[in-house]
Amino acid sequence: MLEIKNLHASVEDKKILKGINLEVNAGEVHAIMGPNGSGKSTLASVIAGKEEFEIKKGNIILEGEDLEELSPEERAHNGIFLSFQYPVEIPGVSVTNFMKTAINESRKARGLEDMPANQMLKLIREKSEMLEIDRKFLSRSLNEGFSGGEKKRNEIFQMAMLEPKLAILDETDSGLDIDALRIVANGVNKLRGKDNAIIVITHYQRLLEYIVPDFVHVLHDGKIVKSGTKELALELEEKGYDWIKQETVV
Amino acid sequence: MDLKDKLLSSFIAFENNVDLDHPVHEVRSEAIKNFEEKGFPSKKEEAWKYTSLNSLQKIDFSVFPKEENTLDYKDIKKYFLHEIDTYKIVFIDGVYSSYLSETTHDGVDVCLMSSAFSKPMYRQIIELYFNKVASKDESLTTLNTAFSREGAYIYIPKNKAPRKPVQIIHFATGNEASLMLQPRNLVVVEENAEVQIIERHQSLTDNEVFTNSVTEIFAAKDAIVDYYKVQNDRDSASLIDNTYISQKDNSVVRVHTFSFGGKLTRNNLNFYQNGERIDSVLKGVTILGEKQHVDHHTLVHHAQPNCESHQDYKGIFGEKSTGVFNGKIIVDKIAQKTNAFQQNNNILISDKATINTKPQLEIFADDVKCSHGCTIGQLDEDALFYLQSRGIPKKEATALMMYAFANNVLESVRIPELKARINKIIANKLGVRVGFEL
Repeated sequence: MLEIKNLHASVEDKKILKGINLEVNAGEVHAIMGPNGSGKSTLASVIAGKEEFEIKKGNIILEGEDLEELSPEERAHNGIFLSFQYPVEIPGVSVTNFMKTAINESRKARGLEDMPANQMLKLIREKSEMLEIDRKFLSRSLNEGFSGGEKKRNEIFQMAMLEPKLAILDETDSGLDIDALRIVANGVNKLRGKDNAIIVITHYQRLLEYIVPDFVHVLHDGKIVKSGTKELALELEEKGYDWIKQETVV
Repeated sequence: MDLKDKLLSSFIAFENNVDLDHPVHEVRSEAIKNFEEKGFPSKKEEAWKYTSLNSLQKIDFSVFPKEENTLDYKDIKKYFLHEIDTYKIVFIDGVYSSYLSETTHDGVDVCLMSSAFSKPMYRQIIELYFNKVASKDESLTTLNTAFSREGAYIYIPKNKAPRKPVQIIHFATGNEASLMLQPRNLVVVEENAEVQIIERHQSLTDNEVFTNSVTEIFAAKDAIVDYYKVQNDRDSASLIDNTYISQKDNSVVRVHTFSFGGKLTRNNLNFYQNGERIDSVLKGVTILGEKQHVDHHTLVHHAQPNCESHQDYKGIFGEKSTGVFNGKIIVDKIAQKTNAFQQNNNILISDKATINTKPQLEIFADDVKCSHGCTIGQLDEDALFYLQSRGIPKKEATALMMYAFANNVLESVRIPELKARINKIIANKLGVRVGFEL
């Protein structure tokens, strides 16, 4: 589904990604772990198409199509979803109106009519119940005054609504207490399927107890320095990242 | 002959057409003297630093239209808020149009200043209120006072409220190559009475129009007044809109100013609080492009204790447009427990657009809450990326954010059809179809 080949990316001439290779197939969950500043969030933003990052070398290919020339909205229409580490507050736009606009724009891009209002409401009700989101919450301004946990739950709610092929969860566990973590992880697990894939970016192993990955990769200084199965995450938890750093130097 | 001289000589002709024995004429004579002495304001004056009237003064404006002009309703229907039933006071080139208007004397008076000036039954109200809150030394106001003859007259007696909102619309037909208009409105809302007014100035051709308008509003104890100014005129139209408001105990006056067009617009909005527990609300949305210029000068004078004022002006400036916001708040020494809030937020969407914003607070009381803030920025790139990453194209995402930005100001509009109309104008301005109502 997703193929990243020798990806180099910079921001303002500062090299951040220095040759990433990664292949993700449909039905798989990949975890990307690594210390702060290793380039995890940059990788997520580059895949989603944030303009301030410049691809210097390499390719990102989704289902055979190179993404480099595509705008963030076109990537979304092609099935990419990024759950933000820091979701942006948009005062004046309600969660419901935002979701309606997002869904109908995606439908428009695929040549479909707007989703009928009753169908939209049903979908919103269904998905918000799945994430235990209060109805009142949906008429509030997007992310404005939301707690950390509410913001993350709202991200996964959006993921459930948009049903992406490839979802990238950037530090979705940060700022969550254990109950919120469980709700969010349950939501994500319900969205796992044989036709879609998920990349979980996290600093800690904790989230991976709930969302169990098929593969774990360790990112360090802009490169994937180690890949393995879920046991690698446990090893990292035990030994810390210094172990990887030293091993890399050796 | 420059415009000032032309106006002074026109005053003599004007006197041939009005009742010189009416007490109002004494007021006019005093006013023209003031204007003769002061003339048009220049950029040397602090209050006019960013707005120049020089080019307007070079145009040879007709001060009175040569003939009466008519318009077909179907051609101008779109300028009315026609979705709901309203009273209408309509003027064509400064002359009242009875067939386009719908006035009333049924419990309330929604009619004309010319009637109020001429009929004895209104004399007492005119003597009590006319030119009582309008400035007697600001030159453009006195110029209007000198030529005051026509405009809207609205009188709402104690405990009354008209069944429907009132629309005041001034059309300029363009039959004159260039025309100057000076409407004068008087709105008196007595104790516990209420009124909603929508005002619009609309030019119909690209011929120059210069409007110098004065509106006086008196809100008695417990009165509620909502005044909406829709400024979406052509690029050949200039407007100086002077509004003076006097409020008594417990009254609420809300003025919304929607500035979306016109060559030059200057809003002088002045609130005088003459009682306790008063609420004054000043809200504005300004969206400009091309070389349009809008200058908001507001004044809130807190003269008694326990009153509030809320100002919230949002501006979006594109192309080579320029904006000014100057918000003056005066809190007198006895006006303790005043709560004055002022906010002005601006977004520049072009490198060539300009905004000058200045809060001006003069506080003489010590137990008050006064907060103010002004911001000038671009659209938040992170927020745009967030919306785009959900599949919303950049153009729509930009429009959505601007909508959201202006939304606070629309929230307090109490006529839903007007709110929808303003939403549509904003969507047109931004050149997008927005799939929902905010």
